[in-house]
Amino acid sequence: MTRSSIFYWFVTPAILLALLYAAALSCILVFSLREHVPGSLVVGGWTVENFSFLLRPLLIAVFSDTALICLLTALATLLVGYPIAYALVRVRSSFLRATILIIAITPMFTGEITRTYSWLLVLGNSGFINAALLQLGLIAEPVQMMFTLPAVVLVLVHFTLPIMVIILATAISQIDPAYTKASESLGAGPLRSFWHVTLPLSAPGLIAGIITCFAWTFSAFATPQLIGGGKVNMIGNVVYQIGISSFNFPLAAVLSLAGVLFTIVLVGLMRFALRPLDHIRVG
Amino acid sequence: MRLNFHSIAFWLLVSLLIGFVLLPAVVTAIVAFNAGAVITFPPKDWSLRWFERALTYRDFQRGLWNSVIVMLWTSVFAVSIGGAFAWVIDRCDFPGKRLLEGLLTSSLLIPSFTIGIGFLILANQVAMNRSFAVVIVTHVILVLPFVMRAVFVSLRSIDPSLERAAASLGAGPWAVLRTITLPLMVPGLFSGLLFAAILSFNEFTATLFVSAQATQTLPVAMYNYVREYADPSMAALSVMFFVMITVVLALTNWLMDLGRILAIKSQDH
Repeated sequence: MTRSSIFYWFVTPAILLALLYAAALSCILVFSLREHVPGSLVVGGWTVENFSFLLRPLLIAVFSDTALICLLTALATLLVGYPIAYALVRVRSSFLRATILIIAITPMFTGEITRTYSWLLVLGNSGFINAALLQLGLIAEPVQMMFTLPAVVLVLVHFTLPIMVIILATAISQIDPAYTKASESLGAGPLRSFWHVTLPLSAPGLIAGIITCFAWTFSAFATPQLIGGGKVNMIGNVVYQIGISSFNFPLAAVLSLAGVLFTIVLVGLMRFALRPLDHIRVG
Repeated sequence: MRLNFHSIAFWLLVSLLIGFVLLPAVVTAIVAFNAGAVITFPPKDWSLRWFERALTYRDFQRGLWNSVIVMLWTSVFAVSIGGAFAWVIDRCDFPGKRLLEGLLTSSLLIPSFTIGIGFLILANQVAMNRSFAVVIVTHVILVLPFVMRAVFVSLRSIDPSLERAAASLGAGPWAVLRTITLPLMVPGLFSGLLFAAILSFNEFTATLFVSAQATQTLPVAMYNYVREYADPSMAALSVMFFVMITVVLALTNWLMDLGRILAIKSQDH
């Protein structure tokens, strides 16, 4: 068998798969331009009318809520993830390092449903936090945490933390420890040398982490669905309601299309806004 | 790190943050062993009855079976298609290479609900919306970038002189691939398989769109259960999930050092 015949054997399955995938994505494009026939999965003629749906106040609110949730989640994950990543790189005992690493990345592998359900038990009106606060006598009535935006953000931070920790730890571990030593030997305290040396040198990781968390949060579905309970909606939840509950495939297609474009634009804007960080100097 | 005020404050902060990561799992474990059907803190009595219920509940059993079927097919397809394609990307040049690679790794950026609705519409067009095939194809698309990345890492670490030596000794391209390249790709293929299996077993959002009653996977069955019932069987099932995942991660770490796979170097100073 020659090299080129190996090539054909190896590339053909990938091309077939890519064709199926392209067909699925084209379905979204085509359906966004077709008329919805109520009560039927069969679509009518060609139209651009569907896109006016995006201008409804309800939809504009969903888009801005989604952007806000993504931004808050990315920033909060950075604050939570940085100390963990720093500890991961600087801890001496390999057992402790493995333990921190496994605990920090487990949420990535436990699945959306298990993770979100366990937060229901923590945040619910008769959940762990409310029960503890009631028994300590700190509150008289349960605090409503479910179905609020901060609760959705909190659970999403738990979800995006592993990827942030991995990205930041990789970036921090590439910093030569000699820099920190040099700054400390020149009389800088640990906080000062962290602020002026380690933090600026980890800027590429910071940027990659924020953008990745932002994009991941954008596709969140189970968390806003269960923790938001219909009161806090992200784009994915509305696509589901329209596509599965009312079988309006054309509107669901328009919305997913707009969602993809919205992410691309926002991620581009964030790259642009974070650009100054890339040229930061140690000083 | 010397023990001084700064390092004590730092490790206190890290412990608090680790506590935040662990909190839901700990609370879920407490709930799972709670005897009553109504969840109370702290539980009045302890029991294993919810584990029994979770293991004998029909929808969970069928969901688990479906999840295993989907996971096995997804892993086989993703590792063979993704592994072969990673080799092609690494070793060959052809027109449309960047486009094909970009398309097959785009599921990292495109939200899974978009991919889900796309395959749902496509499946409806060809009247296959009740078949396992659509669920499996969707999963393969979602896990493929991770598999390809894992295979790439091991392909790049192969010393090219080994392949040249084999070729100069008269081995044909196929023999080189079979006796040199493939055996050296095994670690990459194995971690790709692990990624594919775990990600497919946990996949929820896209599956909710493309699965039907008969092809419902375990995460979808769990979602439907949470919406209807509030008893602790879900907590029992979640605890089994947590334990299984932790064991798999600890084993992987012991066998092949997770820190190295994730490219995190440690620094002592």
